Amino acid sequence: MEKIKLTIDGMAITADRGKTILEAALDNGIYIPHLCHHQDLAPAAVCRVCLVEVEGRGHTISCRTPVEEGLTISTESDHLNKIRRIPVELIFANHDTDCIACTRNNNCQLQRVASYLGLERDSMDRMRMGNIEKPIDTSNPFFDRNPNRCIYCGICIRTCDEIQNINAIDFASRGYKMTVSTFGDNPIADSRCESCGECVVRCPVGALSPKTTMEPSRSVKSVCTYCGVGCGVELGVRGNSVVSVEGDRDNAVNHGSLCVKGRYGFEFINHRERIRKPLIKKNGKFEESTWDEALDLVAKKFREYGKEKVAVFSSAKCSNEDNYVIQKFTRAVLGTNSIDHCARL
Amino acid sequence: MNSSAGKAGKGGKVVKLKINFDEITIKANQDWKELQSAKKPVILVGTATCGRSAGSLETLEALRHEIKLAGIDCEVIEVGCIGLCYAEPIVCITKPSQPVVCYGDINPAKAKDLVDNYIIGDDPVAAYALGTLGDGSINGIPRLVDTDVFKPQVRRVLKRCGSIDPTNLNHYIATDGYKGMNKALGMDSKGMIEEIKKSGLRGRGGAGFPTWKKWQFCNDAPGEQKYLICNADEGDPGAFMNRSLLEGDPHALVEGMIIAGKAIGATKGYIYCRAEYPLALERLDMAIEQAHSHGFMGKDIMGSGFSFDLKIKEGAGAFVCGEETALIASIEGERGMPRPRPPFPAISGLWGKPTIINNVDTLASVSLIFQNSAEWFAEYGSKDSKGTKNFALVGKVKRTGLVEVPLGITIREMIYGIGGGILNDKEFKAVQTGGPSGGCIPASLIDTPVDYDSLAQVGSIMGSGGMVVMDEDNCMVDVARYFLDFTQKESCGKCVPCRLGTKQMLDILDDITQGRGKPEDIDLLEEIGFSVKRGSLCGLGQTAPNPVLSTIRYFRNEYESHIVHKKCESKVCRDLISYSIDQEKCTGCRLCYSACPTNAITGDKKKPHSIIQYECIRCGMCLEKCPPKFNAVQCIPGQIITERS
Ligand SMILES: Cc1cc2nc3c(=O)[nH]c(=O)nc-3n(C[C@H](O)[C@H](O)[C@H](O)COP(=O)(O)O)c2cc1C
Ligand code: SF4
Ligand code: SF4
Repeated sequence: MEKIKLTIDGMAITADRGKTILEAALDNGIYIPHLCHHQDLAPAAVCRVCLVEVEGRGHTISCRTPVEEGLTISTESDHLNKIRRIPVELIFANHDTDCIACTRNNNCQLQRVASYLGLERDSMDRMRMGNIEKPIDTSNPFFDRNPNRCIYCGICIRTCDEIQNINAIDFASRGYKMTVSTFGDNPIADSRCESCGECVVRCPVGALSPKTTMEPSRSVKSVCTYCGVGCGVELGVRGNSVVSVEGDRDNAVNHGSLCVKGRYGFEFINHRERIRKPLIKKNGKFEESTWDEALDLVAKKFREYGKEKVAVFSSAKCSNEDNYVIQKFTRAVLGTNSIDHCARL
Repeated sequence: MNSSAGKAGKGGKVVKLKINFDEITIKANQDWKELQSAKKPVILVGTATCGRSAGSLETLEALRHEIKLAGIDCEVIEVGCIGLCYAEPIVCITKPSQPVVCYGDINPAKAKDLVDNYIIGDDPVAAYALGTLGDGSINGIPRLVDTDVFKPQVRRVLKRCGSIDPTNLNHYIATDGYKGMNKALGMDSKGMIEEIKKSGLRGRGGAGFPTWKKWQFCNDAPGEQKYLICNADEGDPGAFMNRSLLEGDPHALVEGMIIAGKAIGATKGYIYCRAEYPLALERLDMAIEQAHSHGFMGKDIMGSGFSFDLKIKEGAGAFVCGEETALIASIEGERGMPRPRPPFPAISGLWGKPTIINNVDTLASVSLIFQNSAEWFAEYGSKDSKGTKNFALVGKVKRTGLVEVPLGITIREMIYGIGGGILNDKEFKAVQTGGPSGGCIPASLIDTPVDYDSLAQVGSIMGSGGMVVMDEDNCMVDVARYFLDFTQKESCGKCVPCRLGTKQMLDILDDITQGRGKPEDIDLLEEIGFSVKRGSLCGLGQTAPNPVLSTIRYFRNEYESHIVHKKCESKVCRDLISYSIDQEKCTGCRLCYSACPTNAITGDKKKPHSIIQYECIRCGMCLEKCPPKFNAVQCIPGQIITERS
């Protein structure tokens, strides 16, 4: 990849051709305040706070301007602050600022931008407050949509379009009445939404928040057990329980994406009714047993029936390797070709 | 004209056009002459939308009825708008070997008078006449070009509006129509763009960008497929320049688009016109079909090898869809939201192809330049603003209307010359140019020339040509509020400064006009205005604060008086005025007492009445009802505070 040399705040940096000024800065550890940028998505340039001064051009939106050889950029000036503070103050004037009650407290892009720009209560208080009592959509079983915390960056909309290709949500209405809406403005549960939660993880503020939100104390890399795709997950563990699941961005299989089951269906792991030992029916009732006893029983029955009366049915929840071994076992050990798989249904 | 216009083929050979334009012209001229020198009277009735809303269809009906009753052979033709809005419905009558007489305010009763006296009889009814047009004169009726309304005007783009039948292609051709296209078909892009450059034409849609430069970008952009779009969205409140032209002379646009298409190498064009213009759409449809059937459009136009097709796309009336990139999104079937630039549409526009967007008037001017010449076009205008421009002159002037003036004319000439001064001879206060994106220019700057650069210098813009005149009764805070209310609602909502900034500014103005303003609000308005202008993504947000900023600049005292003294000196803002009854003058007739909807008026019969201020909602009913001979109710600026006991 061709390298471009440029200067940001007096520091010489290099960036790949095609990167934007914002990306180049972030890659080099320089923070430029931003709200609507997301590394996975095409730039939208709508929050208008990622302004920088480019020598010879004046103030420029950094999230959409590609790097060019020899650009001299500064990320701080009175002029910039004069322009970019107001949008942030205005967002706060239209935002439910009960941060303590928000799932994104301390992990919020809006808080970060506000503190970077040095916003104070006083400067915000001079603004007229907007309506922050709009109804919250709690219809989805896994996450809530709270318009009073929405900053209309459009990241959820772009995620659903660019990453999921579902297009369950889009902007509707104009001006101040603009909303993020489903088709016909129905509750999200009655829309095309597949509850994948991709939008929820990308929401830079607390407008989209998972219903179960316990903070984990450590994270453990694993592979999702639901299907043969084998998405990489990062299990959020607290004590000895799984309290959250995130897609593993480093995993080549899914690059951080997950489906609804992988992301939200982790309750079974710690469920008290989960079967943890093999059960054998004795006297008409299932009784807990040991693996040795159970496998012995299975082997005995296989022998009893013989290859003509046995069929094997494998699962999509197993990995490819597991499924390979099962079909080998069926054909070579049991001696039958009667093997199938649930994904053929 | 030269019928052998041809195109330079390979090796510079001039190729003759296969269709002979002269033959078409001869036929059209005959048709036109027949009408001009008819042995029977010809009646033109202006039935553009503006005429219709003033009742011209009833007038038309009445004329037809009376003529039929009288059994007279007479031609009645529906024409476009001549631009004299204040005098609609307008009827023009030509009798053999007489000049055209133009009549204003012709209702069905007056229409009967005209038929009785002038069609049947020989009395031209001078009392109804506005003026005569063409050669010759009639006693007691001025020539229209000598009247104050027309004298400062130079009608070029609008010359056919109101005098030809817009549905008759021959009328257009006989008045130099398609002559420009015929010339252009024999030229190459370079020569055509050079011609536009020489003319000095700048975009008539808003920003005033030099048309040739835009065309050059598009022409230079790589790509087989290019598009031309005409912006006929006309979203400014109160603007109707484009509509009038489309209704009164649709071929002027169609011809301009064929020429522009040839120049930039586009084979396909779109006209983006709002669905609220049904008549304009109907006329455009018809014009496109006529152009097709005459071989002026479609494959291999007149045998020149150049092909061009036009499609109409109806817009749903969003102001923001007049912005180039939002308009493109709308044609593509997306939500009409602007897209960041670069890339500019001239490089990557409709469906990612190089695209030129021009306003209706720009393209009609292109027709004129090719029908005549670049030099002819540049005869009028000022140094960097060449040609003539249409304006919708509205508001508190005596004569409102659609006018066409040479650029560089002063605001004074427009208001006091063409407009005839301020309604009821009140005092002129300010004029808003450029619609909601423009600014208010105060009376002290009345001698500012109307051209792109001078208007920008005083903090306004030319825009598409709206000109709203305001007098002493207009409250400038309220005016700013009105425009901001519009832009706030029309903001697409995409970017933060525009969506929330315009709303915040509107909330502040609401507070100021309702008596809740705080002294620091003026600074706050300026601070937010600055950020919205600099930070917004598209032209809507970048200009939306202009009406507020320009009124603060020129009328700061009005803001202060609203905020500090809680007074609206112009007596517009309801919460900052009061009504009171003069005890000396009141006779206790009780008219106001019964009219007051909130029972705020007390007093015994035949005794002076008074208003309980805290019950009063300042509807003004009492003032309206108090007989002029008593004149006891007054409206005064400011609040009279009385406590509820
Ligand atoms: C919010 C907004 C609304 C606009 N509306 C119109 C319009 O109604 N008609 C128009 O011709 N131009 C309009 N414009 C200007 C166009 O974007 C564009 O500059 C123009 O059509 C270019 O044509 P011209 O070069 O011939 O002037 C608008 C611009 C903005 C920002
Ligand atoms: S959860 Fe997935 S499908 Fe539903 S709106 Fe978000 S991104 Fe789209
Ligand atoms: S400036 Fe206003 S209208 Fe333009 S893109 Fe931004 S929100 Fe939309």
